[in-house]
Amino acid sequence: MIYANHAIEIKNLIKWFDDFNVLNNVNLIVNHGEIVVICGPSGSGKSTLVRCINRLETHDGGNVKVIGETLTNDPKSFAKISSDVGMVFQQFNLFPHLTVLDNLTLGPVHALGLDQKSAEVRAYNLLERVKIPEQAKKMPHALSGGQQQRVAIARSLCMQPKIMLFDEPTSALDPEMISEVLDVITDLATDGITMVVVTHEMGFAHKVANRMIFMDEGRIVEEGKPSMFFKNPKTDRCKTFLNQILKH
Amino acid sequence: MKKNKLILFAFFLIFLSGCSSASGIWGWYVIDPSTKTGLTNIKFLIGGFTSTIQLSIVAAFLSIVLGLIVALPGISNNKFFRILSRIYVEFVRAIPLLPMLFWVFYGLPVIFKSLGLNINIDAFWGAVLTLAISDSAFTAEIYRSGIQSISRGQKEAAQTIGLNYFQTMRYVILPQALRRILPPLANQFIYIVKMSAFASVIGMQELTRRANEIVVTEYRPLEVYTLLIFEYLVLVLVISFAVRWLERKMGSNESLNN
Ligand SMILES: Nc1ncnc2c1ncn2[C@@H]1O[C@H](COP(=O)(O)OP(=O)(O)OP(=O)(O)O)[C@@H](O)[C@H]1O
Ligand SMILES: [Mg+2]
Repeated sequence: MIYANHAIEIKNLIKWFDDFNVLNNVNLIVNHGEIVVICGPSGSGKSTLVRCINRLETHDGGNVKVIGETLTNDPKSFAKISSDVGMVFQQFNLFPHLTVLDNLTLGPVHALGLDQKSAEVRAYNLLERVKIPEQAKKMPHALSGGQQQRVAIARSLCMQPKIMLFDEPTSALDPEMISEVLDVITDLATDGITMVVVTHEMGFAHKVANRMIFMDEGRIVEEGKPSMFFKNPKTDRCKTFLNQILKH
Repeated sequence: MKKNKLILFAFFLIFLSGCSSASGIWGWYVIDPSTKTGLTNIKFLIGGFTSTIQLSIVAAFLSIVLGLIVALPGISNNKFFRILSRIYVEFVRAIPLLPMLFWVFYGLPVIFKSLGLNINIDAFWGAVLTLAISDSAFTAEIYRSGIQSISRGQKEAAQTIGLNYFQTMRYVILPQALRRILPPLANQFIYIVKMSAFASVIGMQELTRRANEIVVTEYRPLEVYTLLIFEYLVLVLVISFAVRWLERKMGSNESLNN
């Protein structure tokens, strides 16, 4: 029962892609309501780590517990909590054949069993929240990248998740659209929802993160409060990385 | 379309030469509707359309269902299911239609009997089953490539909003894959129509069987088989025209969505 106190508990996590060791003994505990930002060089395993939390990847060793539920390679182990964990992808992954509204109601209607009407009420509330209620009847391709990503966020929120995972939510966006998406995420952060965010937007990270994590070569190399993390990185690797990132 | 018109034109020339020349190799009287026997004959021959079309439509429908049932395990994460699907496709694709038809029509009832099942397979269902099974290997491949053309992110997004496997297929993957699947699937219908001619050997009264029967009584193979070829040509051209139309329609949707 002690684990239920944590939103996410990862112990000695090991993951291989064929003969490549993507995650090498990762340990991470995320408390309820905590906001953790993960950064690190390309290929360091950030996406894989996040995807292990919602079973988009299975793991080869160690233990992953989400909201008290131990995840095994049996898909059923995740089914119980799948609606508690939302995810926002770099490429949005909206359903291109459905309107914005239908993108939002699909999960609530079919996975949660809501009737169409209450699902739509919920959807409109969340579109309001991400500031694009007027786009409800449009097809995703008619929206800008920033708007599409906000729809994707709203789509996740429609499931009323306890945990939100973001994997580089602004990396595919034109610079002028990044802030509108970050604003929405920042707004969520004040809500008490647990969040794990992979991003290289350091200004944003500084503002919202309770904890910063730096990954390299499949390990968590450094972690700490943003104030310490940015001012005084302990390891050289982290220092070099932050210097490179902050240069531009 | 150009090519089809050319072929049509060529046939038309042969036809004309037959009608006008006195060379004596043609004897169109056999299906000349202005004579009594000619009219009876041509009515009998054209009457085969009903069977051929019924046979093809039922077989195509079964093949579309069967193909999906074969394709889904073929793209699952489970290696065992994938192998099973692969074996089916390779195996069925390798069997020539005629031996399969004999096996289903003459062999399968023996199995049913030995199992104590009183299932009779008549010529129609024998042909339908054979065509459907044979074609399902191809439709399965069409489904597979169509579904695999949908990006992995779609499946993952569906999963993250709590949809199960069948909901993901039903609401997310198949609707998108459909416009890549539908045109080649319709094209497969042409294969079924042509292969349905084999049903003649187990006594199905379709176009080819009827032609054979008239040839046996009238000794006019050239005229009757020429007509037969035209009959299939008309059928196939109609389908191929419909497929083109479908492709255009689907194609225009595609440019809109991506
Ligand atoms: N499905 C896969 N099969 C094989 N190798 C993979 C697979 N997915 C990722 N990898 C490899 O695993 C390593 C870590 O990938 P991951 O996507 O987790 O890194 P990342 O830190 O998110 O990088 P980026 O910043 O580029 O997104 C990379 O070297 C990648 O090539
Ligand atoms: Mg990544």
